[in-house]
Amino acid sequence: MSERSIQHNASAALVQAGNLTLREVRALMRQPFYIAVTLVQPMVWLLLFGQLFKRVVEIPGFGGGSYIGFMTPGIVVMTALFASAWTGMGLIDDMERGVMNRLLVSPTKRGAILTGKLAHIAVSLAVQALIVVLVGVALGARYDGGVIGVLMTIVAAVLLAIGFGSFSCTVALLVRQRESLIAVAQFFTLPLSFLSSALVAESVAPGWIRSVARFNPVDWAVSVSRGALSADPDWGDVLAHCGYLVIMAGVLAWLATRAFTAYRRSV
Amino acid sequence: MKTYAGKVRALAGISFTVETGTIFGLLGPNGAGKSTTVKILTTLSRPDSGSAEVAGIDVLQQPDQVRRLIGYVSQKPQFDPEATARENLHLQGRLYGVPHRELRSRSQALLDHFGLGKVASRQARGYSGGMQRKLDVALGLIHRPKVLFLDEPTTGLDPEARASMWSEISRLAADEDVTILLTTHYLDEADQLASQLAIIDHGRLVAQGSPNDLKSELRGDAIQVELTQAGVDDHVRTTLVRLGGVREIVVEGTTVRARVDHGASAVPGVLAALESAGVAVTSVTISRPSLDDVYLRYAGRPFGDDSHHQAQASATTEMEVPGE
Ligand SMILES: Nc1ncnc2c1ncn2[C@@H]1O[C@H](COP(=O)(O)OP(=O)(O)OP(=O)(O)O)[C@@H](O)[C@H]1O
Ligand SMILES: [Mg+2]
Repeated sequence: MSERSIQHNASAALVQAGNLTLREVRALMRQPFYIAVTLVQPMVWLLLFGQLFKRVVEIPGFGGGSYIGFMTPGIVVMTALFASAWTGMGLIDDMERGVMNRLLVSPTKRGAILTGKLAHIAVSLAVQALIVVLVGVALGARYDGGVIGVLMTIVAAVLLAIGFGSFSCTVALLVRQRESLIAVAQFFTLPLSFLSSALVAESVAPGWIRSVARFNPVDWAVSVSRGALSADPDWGDVLAHCGYLVIMAGVLAWLATRAFTAYRRSV
Repeated sequence: MKTYAGKVRALAGISFTVETGTIFGLLGPNGAGKSTTVKILTTLSRPDSGSAEVAGIDVLQQPDQVRRLIGYVSQKPQFDPEATARENLHLQGRLYGVPHRELRSRSQALLDHFGLGKVASRQARGYSGGMQRKLDVALGLIHRPKVLFLDEPTTGLDPEARASMWSEISRLAADEDVTILLTTHYLDEADQLASQLAIIDHGRLVAQGSPNDLKSELRGDAIQVELTQAGVDDHVRTTLVRLGGVREIVVEGTTVRARVDHGASAVPGVLAALESAGVAVTSVTISRPSLDDVYLRYAGRPFGDDSHHQAQASATTEMEVPGE
């Protein structure tokens, strides 16, 4: 393929992705109730878990400090995980409505179809993360990492969402049924959350959980965020975990584009 | 050839060619494989074996090129019910890279043409079935495709909308040189629109030709004679058989149906024979074979034996549309 046609293809794919994202955003805007719940939910988590686990900071070895401050990265990352787990649902909707077949028969790139489904989650996650941080500040937490720390938190959450959202899309394209997708999403979300340092410091978790957490993308995202928000970030560690997240998201997104082939076989 | 998971053999052997700027009709009973054929030609689905070309481009080798040239209106709805008609059309146009200004005017023209102008800013899920069908067809046309696949486009339309859809389909082929593959269960639709037809059944081609060729292949006109009294079946049958040249004689009550080579010249002889046999006649009608007769002949009888399914034929799906 010539350089020009590659460029042409890339810009066509961008236009497609942009317009498909717009479609999702429009659909969301028509559901004010959904927006309201999406905005309130991370606040509720922060307040609820904050109360529930308030005294864990007193456990020897936890390191003291404010639990709200400690938990902010965990809540943002869990929000990313739970929100992205349903990404595939949008694909199943499109399959049932015939929209998927229309897209596949058009010159639309598969990557653009996925981007449309993932992009609006990224946007709503960024907004949710900001809300959590602001509520945290209002409750007296201190984020020494400042603006950079908050930005890195959003980056980590979005990367995790791209990865897990792509995984959800892959499952959707393979199983093509709501119930099966719900089962798979639920199978993964809670264990992934609890096998990480999202809510409880690594230092007080059992050894085997610490070992498992080292391979858990949720834990990588929490490490990025907590590291970047700390007073004295270990940038080597933060960037390394960011790198893992990028690779994970890239691999899972690529797999999702492959899964369209399985879907086509069933049409 | 196309086999779905669970060993459903949807297509076993189909081969046809469509000329540029003409309308090709694909007929066949439910489950015959019409939609499957269309899905393969539109790059949506892949056959197990065989080959297909659209506008001279190989569907299996270069699906991306094919996708840019074709429009597809599937049998099942394809519009986005959460979006308005205008949003649906704009998104579709953007996906095909239609420039902004052109897209604007083209959408408006299609909305007006299909009578969707008034509801264009309402979510499509609230449209009536016929309006939704029209939106689907408009979506298939927005980017001015060179080759158009219409899978039962007029199902659910009122008679007026159907007539206007027919004229639009004819106009596209005649004026814009669009090549059209049309599937339908309405034989009058196929008869009126298509210059070539194929009838498929059980995934294979059972008849092909122009509507007129197919009809004249049936040889002979149908005559229908109404008698004043019933219960003389055998008497009527022997009289007509003795007369000669009268085939497929069916007597039901006071109605006699049969087929003769030349209806107009055979009728006097038939009437005379019946009169001399003492059978009184009230009326007689002659009809040229219709596409219904053709269809029933090829796809109408129940297939008792299943050998069709298992036949191992080398199968091809060809659709060659000579590029311009
Ligand atoms: N997605 C699918 N999965 C499995 N089998 C399928 C699928 N689509 C079609 N089939 C089977 O393939 C055969 C042909 O179906 P197809 O939809 O092509 O028929 P058709 O001629 O379009 O019928 P109709 O007039 O009812 O639209 C049928 O036996 C059908 O059950
Ligand atoms: Mg069909």
